[in-house]
Amino acid sequence: MTNILAIADKEIKGYFASPIAYIVIGFSAILYGWFFINLLYYFDRISMQAGGGFGGPQSVNVNEQLISPLFLNVSVILLFTLPLVTMRTYSEEKRSGTIELLLTSPLTDLQIVIGKFLGGLTLYAAMLAVTLVHMGFLFAFGNPEWRPVLSGYLGLLLMGGCFLSLGLFISSLTRNQIVAGMVTFAVFLLFWVINWISTFMGPTTQNVLNYLSITEHLNDFTRGVVDTKHLVYYLSFIAFSLFLTVRAVDSERWRG
Amino acid sequence: MIEVQHLTKRYGPTTAVDDISFRVEKGEILGFLGPNGAGKTTTMRVLTGYMPPTEGRAVVAGYDIFDQPIEAKRRIGYLPETPPLYPEMTVSDYLLFVSRIKGVPRAERKARVGEVMERTRVADMANRHCGKLSKGYRQRVGLAQALLHNPEVLILDEPTAGLDPKQIIETRQLIKQLGGDHTVILSTHILPEVSQTCGRVVIINKGRVVAVDTPENLTSRLRGSETMFVQVDAPAASDVRTALLGVPGVTEVSLAETRGNLASYEVNSGSGRDVRRELASAVVSSGWGLLELRPLRMSLEEIFLHLTTEDTTAGTGADTTADTTVDTTEEVAQ
Repeated sequence: MTNILAIADKEIKGYFASPIAYIVIGFSAILYGWFFINLLYYFDRISMQAGGGFGGPQSVNVNEQLISPLFLNVSVILLFTLPLVTMRTYSEEKRSGTIELLLTSPLTDLQIVIGKFLGGLTLYAAMLAVTLVHMGFLFAFGNPEWRPVLSGYLGLLLMGGCFLSLGLFISSLTRNQIVAGMVTFAVFLLFWVINWISTFMGPTTQNVLNYLSITEHLNDFTRGVVDTKHLVYYLSFIAFSLFLTVRAVDSERWRG
Repeated sequence: MIEVQHLTKRYGPTTAVDDISFRVEKGEILGFLGPNGAGKTTTMRVLTGYMPPTEGRAVVAGYDIFDQPIEAKRRIGYLPETPPLYPEMTVSDYLLFVSRIKGVPRAERKARVGEVMERTRVADMANRHCGKLSKGYRQRVGLAQALLHNPEVLILDEPTAGLDPKQIIETRQLIKQLGGDHTVILSTHILPEVSQTCGRVVIINKGRVVAVDTPENLTSRLRGSETMFVQVDAPAASDVRTALLGVPGVTEVSLAETRGNLASYEVNSGSGRDVRRELASAVVSSGWGLLELRPLRMSLEEIFLHLTTEDTTAGTGADTTADTTVDTTEEVAQ
């Protein structure tokens, strides 16, 4: 455990010593703020309509009409920012030769992988922490339910974990961080749009594609539902990606 | 302390290290000598547990590096060819991080880092970012990193590469001090380094061990006979060569150089036979001046070239594969 923390600690310091952490947090804060304002105006309008009795929705719910779509929008931000977080984790170590230090230290491959994953997850959590400010405004001036907010954050954390673990795996395959970043972005995009085609497919294919989509599983979390089905999906996705990363590092050893 | 048995490492079809065996005793400093791409780095990477061997085994500090890697790695300090530094960390932060992953207890870390920085003379750069260090400092921080957990075994891949002459001398002294308490393997292609620091030498070429011995034994063993260098001041007409050949035990005399009346000869005699007294009296009794008389030793450079080039000329069939081996190891070493 101390070994894992040592690696995670090193990763976090590495993020904040380079511009990456600031770019990722700043960029996502701006985008998130933009989404927030947009949805706030939209929510403002529909609630006025509902209140004015112009045939709008019968009732408005800040959780369903504002917070839930806001959380779903976060997946767009993750698509662009998380490849930046993971692209250098392994490839940079390989390129600069520091991987030799890690692999000749009394650490297991799994400890290194988990440490790196936790480091990325911490940066991602810091990124999410910025959104608490917006949430604070909603709680100050509105009356949202806190349970769906909490489950929404849990969902976001898990979804980000999936992206991070996948990015970590891709980074472990190359020593070129640009390649790692591009491939990670492409694969994230694929997992994001994989169910777009599902409406044209038969029921079985439809179900499979919907199940594979990383973002599809977020819906229930943002509505306050913590379903084991989704938990299993996210956790097994993370575990499998981390397992693949360990195998990739190990096979690299054999090939030299 | 270190035992390597029939170690072989292949990268796909090419063989980087081919059936290497050697032992290093506790406290010994072993020099690992070979041309670029001979398999030095690959061997060291196997010994440090960075990569598994294709065949054979290596036992370091009593633990098999493949079966009990964590225990073995606890006892190994390793300086890779390129010092593994994180450019964005300061030197002291970096060393603290390394001490942490090497398992130095929390309470001792600060003291250990300070001690090692003093020892490798990098204390003045403690707060400088690793990415901004000069090559010499990078190399020494790399060495500091290897010493942090006070390992029983030190494996140093070209520890003096990139240092200036003064730093080279300091580093060699440091390595010499480390021998005794630590078992050291160091690789180099700088020959004087080996004769100055190492108790024993393994010469490796194209993945094979070509010689294992002390530097002194290597210099004498490789010569079937003793050679004396004799410089004589004699009138032009005199037949020095015949006079020298007349000395009992001398088998061959060849003229090396003449300059005016001065003539230099290389005199071969049967091995183990010291003919210096007889040579001197032969020259002096003829009335000539004896200006110089000294044994010629093959330098380590010559031995090295001798051993590593002899291998190339032997058997052309094996050469094609051996050449590709050299290429891949160089690639890997980058």
